[in-house]
Amino acid sequence: MDKDLILDLKNLVVRFETEDGIVHAVNGIDLEIERGHAIGLVGETGAGKTTTALSLLRLVPKPPGVVECSKMELDGKDVLNMSVRELEQTRGKDISMIFQDPMTALNPVFSVGEQIAEAILLHENVSKAESMKRAIGMLELVGIPAERAYDFPHEFSGGMKQRVVIAIALACHPQLLIADEPTTALDVTIQAQVLDLMRRLREQYKTSLIMITHDLGIVAEICDEVAVMYAGKIIERGTLQDVFNRTKHPYTEGLFNSIPNINDRKAMLTPIKGMMPDPTNLPEGCAFEPRCPYAGEDCKRPQAKRDISETHSVLCCAYDRPGFHIDRKERS
Amino acid sequence: MGRYVIKRLLMMIPVLICVSFVVYFLMDLAPGDIIASMAPPDATPEQIELMREELGMNGTVFHRYFRYLKGLLRLDLGQSLSQKRPVADIFFERLPRTMELAFGSIFVALLIAIPLGIAAATHHRTWLDGVSMTTSMIGVSMPNFWFGLLLIIAFSLHHKWFPSYGADLGLKSLVLPAITLGTEQAGTLTRITRSSMLEVIRQDYLRTARAKGVSEKMVIRKHALKNALIPILTVLGSTLGNAFGGAVTTEAIFAWPGVGRLTVMAVNSRDPNLACGCIIMFSLLLNVTLLVVDIAYAYVDPRIKAHYAK
Repeated sequence: MDKDLILDLKNLVVRFETEDGIVHAVNGIDLEIERGHAIGLVGETGAGKTTTALSLLRLVPKPPGVVECSKMELDGKDVLNMSVRELEQTRGKDISMIFQDPMTALNPVFSVGEQIAEAILLHENVSKAESMKRAIGMLELVGIPAERAYDFPHEFSGGMKQRVVIAIALACHPQLLIADEPTTALDVTIQAQVLDLMRRLREQYKTSLIMITHDLGIVAEICDEVAVMYAGKIIERGTLQDVFNRTKHPYTEGLFNSIPNINDRKAMLTPIKGMMPDPTNLPEGCAFEPRCPYAGEDCKRPQAKRDISETHSVLCCAYDRPGFHIDRKERS
Repeated sequence: MGRYVIKRLLMMIPVLICVSFVVYFLMDLAPGDIIASMAPPDATPEQIELMREELGMNGTVFHRYFRYLKGLLRLDLGQSLSQKRPVADIFFERLPRTMELAFGSIFVALLIAIPLGIAAATHHRTWLDGVSMTTSMIGVSMPNFWFGLLLIIAFSLHHKWFPSYGADLGLKSLVLPAITLGTEQAGTLTRITRSSMLEVIRQDYLRTARAKGVSEKMVIRKHALKNALIPILTVLGSTLGNAFGGAVTTEAIFAWPGVGRLTVMAVNSRDPNLACGCIIMFSLLLNVTLLVVDIAYAYVDPRIKAHYAK
């Protein structure tokens, strides 16, 4: 069964060698994405989501960043061993990224139209005038009137800037789009608009998507699959149904338990106790063990991935114990 | 924008009047009297007094100053007492030489400072950074007159490539003075380019540009440099403005007939009209340069343009 993979990532390790020690940001991630699929990369701040995304574009700052992996193929092309020239042709064309903070992601001294046109000019054999025309088309697509193409970023609101960032990322119809918390800087109504826009664009251009977020609601809305990250590892991976209704990992359970429930307002919120471990000093065993309500002696050993079903896998050794299950009920 | 420029131009008038006041009174406080030194040795006090009246130098310093100011308001810089010619004529005769030296030195400074500053910033904390910072430090701290003399020894005396004095050979005469002055200016400019670029280089929008597929060269030259330009322009403006006032030591070493040496000469000969005239023109040029820099900001940064429009 050969799947049509847009991204095939094996054993990605990223560390930052700083003066204060080595920060282990990403510790062995496998990520396969089928063409046209959307996967949600979920986890709390510092789990290594953005670093994973940046390493796919080879944009991890070096030094101090060191990226290693046994395989990083984008649409069959080896990204890790590309020449600088090839890399520049790939970025923005085959893979592109929507950055987290729209307020700082745009260059203040160029008009938004120019900034979109630049991407088109770089990757497609068009004239300057033609690229500007297409840039204006992209702006209209994301709901910004054409006459604003010559305005500068400071003349736009946060939500509009985010749309410009999206327009830049989509300008050359990339095969894989990485959206790094594209809605965190926005208020709720704009959030909905942006998500709706991304869904429509995805349908239009058949783009594969990695949606980085800590908002499980957004994942449920947009994604087909979910990967939950913790301390630089994917600790649970599966389809939306797998992860949302047949939750296996205690950390994922904790994430769901920290969502407020409108039907039961008397119920206390149950936050996950404690903090994510210091990435300069990660435990040998399960990184979640110190906070885990089910922790046992076996958790202190290195963990192995366990397949629950063909689509669902979890990184937790508690399932070696006979009859183990977490408290969260399975739903169908 | 137009209103802003007019406002700034009008603001220069009180500034220039203040400058003329301070300089005129300072000249009066300085010991020595040009009239006494101009009169023949056997002149009687009456004859000297008569000469004063003829040259308009009679009365108290206040009388003289207001007479001078009246002329100034009619755009008349008066007569030079030591050279017996209109001050404006003398000044504008020499101004082109000063302009040559100012722009020549800035050209040399930019040629050194921009690449060096960028290299230092993009290779932050590497040997390249160290080398460029040391070089700029040497540039700032090396005495101008000494470096100028070294250049003369090497390129006029030994190799005879460039003349050692004067401005008669056009571009060829300009090379050594421009390098001497430019090296000094390059030091400060390199440092400001470096620190300004370092600030910009960390910005998120450069990552956006890289993610679009912009080459590293263009990320630095197009996206980063334009953002780093404001502080560079500020320093450039004041450096250029100062160079218009004449780089006195450089002009002295190369016997460069610019306004810097003219001003020194005027002060030494206690020629109040010439000294005041030179210094007023210098502050006018400095003010205009700073205004031009402020206008240039608007073309570099659209946010400042929006601010001016208000």
